[in-house]
Amino acid sequence: MLIMAGKFIQLHGINRLAFYLLNWMHGILEMKSYSFAALLLLFWVFLSGHLGPLLLGLGLVSVALTVFLSQRMNVIDHESYPLHLSSQLPAFIVYMFKEIIKANIDVIKRVLQWQGSTISPQLVELPALQKSDLGRVVYANAITLTPGTVSIELSQDTILIHALTEEAAEELATGSMAKEVSSRVFDE
Amino acid sequence: MIIDILSWVCLFAGGMLGIVGGIGIHRFPDFYSRLHAAGITDTLCAMLILFGLGLQAGFTLAAFKLALIFVFLFFTSPTASHALANAALHSGLKPKLVMNGRGVGS
Repeated sequence: MLIMAGKFIQLHGINRLAFYLLNWMHGILEMKSYSFAALLLLFWVFLSGHLGPLLLGLGLVSVALTVFLSQRMNVIDHESYPLHLSSQLPAFIVYMFKEIIKANIDVIKRVLQWQGSTISPQLVELPALQKSDLGRVVYANAITLTPGTVSIELSQDTILIHALTEEAAEELATGSMAKEVSSRVFDE
Repeated sequence: MIIDILSWVCLFAGGMLGIVGGIGIHRFPDFYSRLHAAGITDTLCAMLILFGLGLQAGFTLAAFKLALIFVFLFFTSPTASHALANAALHSGLKPKLVMNGRGVGS
């Protein structure tokens, strides 16, 4: 396939290949696949860093193949490709950074405490009120990402959490993080 | 110059946090609490080291790739921790707990 594409480019140039590919894709694609293809292409260019016709052509072919296959497999949907959340992402990442740094400082203190341990491990069951599966998964991930709390089991409407300290468990039980996740449209 | 200093501070702090994470893994009593110590290495340590390296790289493709590494780490490391903890719980490993009313018990 790749060798064929290379031959084709040598014979007809990259523009022709791009033209045929786009024409072919246009016949099959759904709306969402266009942005997916654009993203993948951007990804390819940034990762390779070469703008020569051969490498761009190869990128185009692989992107076309990927988009085609993932559409046939029906995996480009709301969950695997949550484009509608991307406007909320920066603010959420900033919030997570703050939480991660706070929690890290606490755990580091407890690791380095000179005498005796001050940890008080807890198992706590908290409600997961996010309506969508995606929202619940993001919430569980956020809990695990902050050191000091790990989500152990995710069931229909509760999350079982292992917390390193009582304070960490109580902090989570106030539900501020759950609210933060829900408010970021992770919950539609 | 300033960027160099900043980047070295980040790299050094990140390396230190890696060591702290290691100490924590040795000091904490059971599997579940050790996960929290490993969490330090997963998050702040990795963040600082990648940020320090990014400062060294400047505005280049290398910096972009470092950012990508960070993003993937951000998504995958909690998933791995969760999978580990879940597998431990299901295979019957009981966490050592300090109970005081609120917890669910083992």
